[in-house]
Parts: sequence; structure tokens; C-alpha cells
Amino acid sequence: MKRKTYIGEILALLLGLVWLSPFYLMIVNAFKSKKEIFMDVLGLPEGFETSNFVEAFIDLDFVNSLMNSVIVTGVSIAVIVFFSSMAGYALARNKSKLSSVILLVFVGAMLIPFQSVMIPLVSLFGKVEMLNQAGLIFMYLGFGSSLSIFLYHGAMTGISTSLDEAAIIDGANKFQTFRHIIFPLLKPISMTVGILNVIWIWNDYLLPSLVLGENNATIPLKMFYFFGQYTKQWHLALAGLTIAIIPVIIFYFFAQKQIIAGVSEGAVK
Amino acid sequence: MLVFAPKYKKKVEGTYMRNRDLSFWLFLAPVLIGLGLVVILPLLYGTFYSFTDWNGLTASTFIGLDNYIRLFSDTQFLNSLWFTIKISVVTVILLNFFGLALALIVTRKLKSSNFLRTIFFMPNLIGGLILGFIWQFIFVSVFDDIGKLFGIEGLQGWLSTTNTGFWGLVILTVWQMAGYIMIIYIAYLQNIPNELIEAAKIDGANSFQRFKNITFPLVAPAFTVCMFLTLSTSFKMYDQNLSLTNGGPYESTQMVAMEIVKTAFSANEMAYGQAKAVVFFIIVAIISLTQVYYNKKREVDM
Repeated sequence: MKRKTYIGEILALLLGLVWLSPFYLMIVNAFKSKKEIFMDVLGLPEGFETSNFVEAFIDLDFVNSLMNSVIVTGVSIAVIVFFSSMAGYALARNKSKLSSVILLVFVGAMLIPFQSVMIPLVSLFGKVEMLNQAGLIFMYLGFGSSLSIFLYHGAMTGISTSLDEAAIIDGANKFQTFRHIIFPLLKPISMTVGILNVIWIWNDYLLPSLVLGENNATIPLKMFYFFGQYTKQWHLALAGLTIAIIPVIIFYFFAQKQIIAGVSEGAVK
Repeated sequence: MLVFAPKYKKKVEGTYMRNRDLSFWLFLAPVLIGLGLVVILPLLYGTFYSFTDWNGLTASTFIGLDNYIRLFSDTQFLNSLWFTIKISVVTVILLNFFGLALALIVTRKLKSSNFLRTIFFMPNLIGGLILGFIWQFIFVSVFDDIGKLFGIEGLQGWLSTTNTGFWGLVILTVWQMAGYIMIIYIAYLQNIPNELIEAAKIDGANSFQRFKNITFPLVAPAFTVCMFLTLSTSFKMYDQNLSLTNGGPYESTQMVAMEIVKTAFSANEMAYGQAKAVVFFIIVAIISLTQVYYNKKREVDM
């Protein structure tokens, strides 16, 4: 019995290594010269060419693209969390038919694939000169709010109306009640909403490619331009890819528990 | 204050947010405007434009169903639709297989369970575009080298044929998403009462019998969830398609999403691209509504 678990453990770890092998191949080859990759892709690098990284870092304009990604994702998440929680609260505290219809419209909007609205969306926003970062953030609110409102609405059922009651008797208006009493209680679900939205907005390529210019390109967008330049130069391309992944790995390292819990909660609902 | 108290009291006892309250609408305004301008309006606009010859610039004339008629005799579009269906079906099967297998592995009492969970889930956090580039390197360079080293012809020239492009996309998607499906299966597996398993052990059921007769039936509801989830995700795939094969060779690995983007923004046939987008919407909506229907039915059955 003991020996059996031992073997199981080893086999599982081997599968884990196979799963990681694409990252291994990316990293070891990012440290090789062009010639070395040509000679041997599997082995460890001989001379650790850090110059690949320097060149990729400069060509990716990495500090700038990282800032653009952080701004777009950060502001979008703040806007989505704030406005969706307000809407989820209002819809949960109104038991009328109209309220359920509005919730249904938001949930129904999740069925609409992005590609079905992107052509008129870009055309309409182009007409009012909104194909920029602000326009992009507003679009993310439109696309991200549905699931978020749905999750907030569900979480509201666990928050007793006697809290609203007490706050209103104490003289708080509705916004104050929400801001100081309800919103803090929604913190766990805000984490889930934040994480689910970070994952797709940070990695989104298609929408920024239609909305942003090269000057304020986010990491995926910049990566696409960068890769186009270096198709036959894997040593540089792989160094660039490694750099682009680092922020995600750092995020995952620190928030791993919350990420897996959040994804699990968002998926099962 | 006392004077006002009864009034508040009354309000509180009823609903906090009534349809005629300004505050109700103020709370909803940002998201309603967001959804309206970003999703609803473009959807209506787009559906209207799909009946015209709009090219994004000049005024358009109404041409009725012409775009839709053209679309159903457009072999390029039909090919991409067929390719998308094939990818989706194969991906759904493999994803659920691997997702469940990984979930079963990490829910065994292994020392490395948490560590493995972290690893299997990791590709999910990285964008499809970046992962597609990494796998392009693996298929084109690493596969080729291994193929030469061991004289395996099947590993050489990947992504240069439709068939290897197809399997390349399948491998990439399965590797990327299996961890996500694993998380869903774990949620269901953990709901299985331990006593059931213990009782079966005492009754002498081996691990295969336990899986077949206890785990499998209790996890079955997760199949519906995962099946439709993976079906609609792989149907909408774009980034991976772009970075791995870019539709090549000769547009033979082009999925519907990319087909729409290219028609609209490379060929500048906005109205025609939108007609494709409307058909795409209908297909995805049918898939998703079927899922909702099955989920509701399952909840009733339980």
C-alpha cells in the first residue's frame, strides 16, 4: 500500500513536469544564442546570454507597456468593482418585477460573444473619438459588468436588510449606507470579481488591438508587434515572452489561493 | 429626528429601492449606460448593418438578405465554420478527459497535491496570445529537432499543414484550459461524502469500481457544466489561433472569430463581416441557451 502511494506520487510529479515543460523550453532557450538554439533546443544553455533579455526589454518598451497594462487593468477593475457592486446592491434590494428583468438583461448579455458586437462598437466609438484608453476602460465596464453584477447580486442575499434599516434610522442616506455598511461586507465577493476580471482584461488582445494605438499598447498588444519583428529569431522572441510572463507569475505567486478560490467560485455559479 | 422616524420605518419595511426612487436608477446608471453603449446598441446597429452594404466609411444602401445569401455559398466561411466545429468537438472531449483526470490526481492524498494544482492551473492565467507564441516555438523548433534526433517523421514540419495546425491548436487549448476544468471538477469531487467511499471500501469495492459506481455518477452534473463551458470557449477562440497558426497554411486553420476579424478589418467589408458575426452570435447563443436549459433541468431533477 505504501509503495503504491509512493509510485503514484512520482507519476503525478512527472506529469507536473511535463505540464511545465513548455515554460522550461521557453526559459532555457531564451538564454541561448541563435546558433545554440539551432544546435540544441533541449539542453541547458552554455553561456547564459543575458543580452537577449536586455534587447527584448528595450524593444518591448517594457516599462511603458507594463504601465499601460497596469493602468488599463487597474482602472477597469476599480470601475467594474465599484459600479457593479452598486448595481448588484440596488437590484437585490428591489424586489419588483422590473428589477428582475434588468438582472435578466445583464445575465442575457453574457451570451453575446465579443466578435458579434466588435465591428459596430469600434465604428461607433471611432465616430465620437473614443478609441483611446478611456474608451477601452469604458468598454471593459460594459463587457465585465454582467458577470460581476450577477455575482454581487447573489452575494447580497446573505446580507440582512436589518443592516440597511439600522443605517437609515441613524440618518445615513442610501449611498452612505452602501459605501460604509454594505460594500465592506461584500469584500470577499469583490475579491472574486476583481480576480476574474483581472485574468481576462490583463490578457485581452483583440479589443486593445482595435482600440489602442502603438503608443499606449498593453503587454499582449506590444508582444504581438514584437513577435512580428522577430519571427526567425527565437532567442529574442523567447526572451520577450519570458519577460511578458513575469508579472503574471509574480501575481500568481502572491495571490494563488485567492485566484484558485475566485475562479472556482466564478465557474461553478 | 423622531418626527421623521416613522416615515423611514415605513420605507424600510417595504423595499429599500423602489422603481420610482431616483437612487435606484442612480445606482444602476453607470452599468446600464455601459452595457447599453458597449453591447446593446452595437448589437442592434450591427444587425441592421448586416442587411446593408456598409463598408465603414460611405453611406450604405439596404440590400436585404444579400450578405446572408452570399455567406452560405462562401466556401471560405463554411470551411472556417467546419474547422471551428471540429476543433471544438475534439477539444471538448480531451479537455473534459484531462480536466477530470487532473482533478482525480490532485484530490488523492498526495503530498504534492497543492503544488500540482498550482502547476496545472498556471497556463490559464497567461494569455492565449503569449502561450500560442511559446507553442509555436515548441511545434516548429523543438518538435522538429526531436523528430530529426529520433527519426520520427511525424514530428517534423508541424504547423505547416492543416492537420498539424489542427492538432497544434487542440494541444495548446487543452494544455491551457485543462487546469480550469480541473478546478470545476474538484469543486464537485469535494462534495462527495467521504463516508460513501469508505463504505464502498469496506464492502470490498476496488478503486475502479468506486470510481465507476460512486464518483462518476456524482460528478456527472459537472460534465454538462464543463462541456458547454469548453464548447463555447473553444468556439470563440481567437488569440491562440492568431499566434499559433495565424490561419495558415492558406487560411485552412482559420476559425470563425478570425474570419470575422479579417473580413471586417483587413478586407474592410464591414457589413459582410457583421453578417458573419450575426450568424456566429446565433450559434453561440444556441449553445449557451442549451446549457442554461440543461442546468435548470438538472436543478429540478435534484
